[in-house]
Amino acid sequence: MIAIIDYGAGNIFSVKNALDYLGYESVLTKSADEIKRADAIILPGVGAFPWAMKMLNESGFVPLIREQTKIKPFLGICLGMQLIFDKGYEFEETEGLGLIGGTVEKLEREDMIIPHMGWNELVIQNDCPLLKGLPENPYVYFVHSFAAKCDDKNISAYCDYGGKVTALVHDGKNVFGAQFHPEKSGEVGLQILRNFAELSKN
Amino acid sequence: MLAKRIIPCLDVRDGKVVKGVNFEGIKEVGDPVECAYEYNLQGADEIVFYDITASHEGRGVMLDVVRKTAEKVFVPLTVGGGIKTVDDIRETLRAGADKVSVNSQAVQNPQLIKEGADIFGSQCICVGIDAKKVSDGKWTVFINGGRIDMKMDLIDWVKKCEQLGAGEICLNSIDTDGVKGGFDLPMLKAVCSAVKIPVIASGGAGKLGDFAEAFIETDCSAALAASLFHFKELTVGEVKQDLKNKGIPVRMV
Repeated sequence: MIAIIDYGAGNIFSVKNALDYLGYESVLTKSADEIKRADAIILPGVGAFPWAMKMLNESGFVPLIREQTKIKPFLGICLGMQLIFDKGYEFEETEGLGLIGGTVEKLEREDMIIPHMGWNELVIQNDCPLLKGLPENPYVYFVHSFAAKCDDKNISAYCDYGGKVTALVHDGKNVFGAQFHPEKSGEVGLQILRNFAELSKN
Repeated sequence: MLAKRIIPCLDVRDGKVVKGVNFEGIKEVGDPVECAYEYNLQGADEIVFYDITASHEGRGVMLDVVRKTAEKVFVPLTVGGGIKTVDDIRETLRAGADKVSVNSQAVQNPQLIKEGADIFGSQCICVGIDAKKVSDGKWTVFINGGRIDMKMDLIDWVKKCEQLGAGEICLNSIDTDGVKGGFDLPMLKAVCSAVKIPVIASGGAGKLGDFAEAFIETDCSAALAASLFHFKELTVGEVKQDLKNKGIPVRMV
């Protein structure tokens, strides 16, 4: 069972729809017990960093996520991926979950349209279990105006948008983060979600 | 490198796909969920549902269409038409849409763009605009499906949308819509150079080369078409193959 944390963020059903479609059991939940019982956790997210952290703090999910990621696979998607880092700078400086060292800053690229919206190619930098079985330089769907800055060793894949943009991160253990939306990235995205769901069976 | 997007649009009334010419002469052409699924197989980069019902009952039907589509189509879905409040935006996103497109409502209440962007993020808020030429280099914004001229300058409006936090502009030319003579390149160029957010070209695609022309001649990020794809004059795959042949970056499936 995969717990998809429901903290009031926009489109969270897509992730569940994709897992249903792939045949993996999942639940949208606000319950700490359900998150503790789950084999893996997904933190989705559409919205703004400070607002999302406020919701997670109010629900008491921050210490829970920190503790649970020590023992089971965790995938943050889009805003959920950004929340993994130490600090975000959307509207104001906000403390994140601090699961991987780094910051989330406004994407500023000369002559490039912001938000970075649309299908971009992943360039694989470090081996990662979520990248198994993908075609070469696969296209995935991005929609974001902020991006993570972190150590190269944690970046499994990036994409090129007037320079490198962090696309997929991994702490080497349980914590994964996708800046793009695997649940909106056609067959490639479904394969990434399948890879993650398979980890929960270990 | 970022791919240029091809976006089929489904105009939906009371749960059925319909399509008119120059906003008139509406005909029904099918089930929106099935149409969306078919477009997904063809390689659509995104699918837009435009709800032209605008009645309260129709809204529920539309959300149901979105819910059913989101169960089997895993590309971004945008819903436009009849979105008047932040609650409408929330409800639409929770039904499975990734973005909403606000049009007349944003003109009448520009704060809707700002409130939506503040709560859900700019990337969820697409502003749809219907505009018509007044003279060379000048266009005005229309509302209510192209029926009412707001006498508002298009360029001023797109700049204001960007300032308010719009994540994207879907620019429909009333002059070229349904005419099948190609996109409105002068209007597109003017809007693309006025804002830094992505612009979707809409209205006028009639043949294969029209898409490449829009991407070569203007900085638009995506191109949208409805009847061309509905009536199977072209498939999304054929359009993308043509773009690829012409060296334009596209996602092939």
